[in-house]
Amino acid sequence: MTIGLTLSGIDHRYRDLTVLEGIDLTIPPGEVTVLLGPSGCGKSTLLGIAGGLIEPTSGSVTAEGDVAPDCLNPLTYVFQDFALLPWRDVAGNISLVLEDHPLPRAERTARIQEVLALTGLVDFAAAWPRQLSGGMRQRVGIARALAVRPACLLLDEPFSALDAQTRDLLLDEFAALIARAATTCVYVTHNLAEAVRLGQQIVVLSRRPGRVREIFRIDRPIAGRRTDEPDLLAIEARLWELIRGDAVAAEREIHHAG
Amino acid sequence: MRGRVAFRGGGFAPRPSPLAGAATLIVLIAFWQTASWAGWLPRLFLPAPREIAIALYRLALSGELWRHLGASLGRLAIGWSLGTVAGLLLGFAVGLFTLACSPGMAVVSAFFPIPKIALVPLFIIWFGIGEGSKIATLALGVFFPTVINTAGAVDNVPRGLIRMGQSFSLSWLSIVRKIVLPGALPGILSGFRVTSSIAIILLVAAEMIGAERGIGAFVLSAGNLYDVDNLLAGIVVLSLLGLIVAWAIGWLERKLLSWRG
Ligand SMILES: Nc1ncnc2c1ncn2[C@@H]1O[C@H](COP(=O)(O)OP(=O)(O)OP(=O)(O)O)[C@@H](O)[C@H]1O
Ligand SMILES: [Mg+2]
Repeated sequence: MTIGLTLSGIDHRYRDLTVLEGIDLTIPPGEVTVLLGPSGCGKSTLLGIAGGLIEPTSGSVTAEGDVAPDCLNPLTYVFQDFALLPWRDVAGNISLVLEDHPLPRAERTARIQEVLALTGLVDFAAAWPRQLSGGMRQRVGIARALAVRPACLLLDEPFSALDAQTRDLLLDEFAALIARAATTCVYVTHNLAEAVRLGQQIVVLSRRPGRVREIFRIDRPIAGRRTDEPDLLAIEARLWELIRGDAVAAEREIHHAG
Repeated sequence: MRGRVAFRGGGFAPRPSPLAGAATLIVLIAFWQTASWAGWLPRLFLPAPREIAIALYRLALSGELWRHLGASLGRLAIGWSLGTVAGLLLGFAVGLFTLACSPGMAVVSAFFPIPKIALVPLFIIWFGIGEGSKIATLALGVFFPTVINTAGAVDNVPRGLIRMGQSFSLSWLSIVRKIVLPGALPGILSGFRVTSSIAIILLVAAEMIGAERGIGAFVLSAGNLYDVDNLLAGIVVLSLLGLIVAWAIGWLERKLLSWRG
């Protein structure tokens, strides 16, 4: 049981800076949609709009589908900067998102244990975030997101703050996790290899103001995909052709804010 | 260029050492005592630590010390607590609600610079010559810096953490209790250091106006008689009070902020 999202007629402006224009997009249930685009084109903004954290200037987002009864937070984010509370240990950070729900204590503990096991954090339950490496911190971020049994995961460059090796390791684990859970995912990235590794639908946005330029589909399961497979490499090359010009231009733009 | 590359990355990282702090004070006192013995400091000019200690001992024996100290501590506790609780409430309101933000800061900015001690006569008219006026002076003196400090600490809580809380649909109360409050706590506690000192200074000043009991009143009457031993004994008590309060806040920080490692 998962949900799909429909974004229709989304425009967004920050004061007089138009960031998104006329975005119509369908996020199919149970699939991974990758949002790809040059720096500053509004990917984070679009993700924020999709999950209700940012109010679009115009347009609307609708969700459709059945949500499992054990799902506590249908639209759940994983943040680029992890967003862990430094005053709570690993288990406490996961517990945070369960405490507002009337779960029996045993069930809460069971859920925490379950996601710690899924993300390989069992031995780190009592560690403080400051004691963890970046990769371990993002594992906590993912564990926290999984603890609420989300119907749709929204991930904003979840691995971009990590070194290349850690990123590849985590990416493989993450791919296996979502393949198993069949959760809808919206995954923002700059990284073309990540896009073809995870994406079933790859949405390429133009540079600011962001519009949908092209949508690629890769209709095969993400479990067992490898980035060096020829068809994926071919798509990666086409993606690069498509956004190269925009990337050069975006690089030379002045950034207005965070 | 040739030769060993010299290390140049040290410094800019002071480490606290309670021992060094205590040793400094002891050396200062020893130096002072020696200077008195050697006759460099005339007795009336500045009494020796030994004489101050004797004066303190007498005061403690006669019970006079405890009478004054008790009165002062009571005022300090009540005044500081009232000012702090009210200041925390308004500080959080200013930090959390648009409705309170600008009006609150306008009021605080207008009243903070007024020396509260200048208002003591007014407080005496309003609250009477007794405890009321002294506690009001203290509470008000603590209130404004607490508001400013708390509002700043709340404002400094990373917005990303608050968005995270909202993205998991935490209730407003949970966000304030579990994210904003702990995030602001380091700032709030360091504010306590400032406000506790302000409270002690104001306490003494307020006790110098129309009080019979209290360290401030005692210091004033000793001063009027040029009884420098007792005058300095009173000052030493205040200084010790400051030390104890600073230590208590340090202890609280270590307890509550152990996550900072
Ligand atoms: N809160 C804000 N106020 C004003 N401008 C903003 C705000 N957030 C983002 N912007 C601007 O909007 C544009 C799009 O930002 P956004 O973060 O959505 O882009 P992005 O595609 O995620 O970029 P990146 O790839 O660098 O993460 C940028 O130019 C940014 O400076
Ligand atoms: Mg972004």
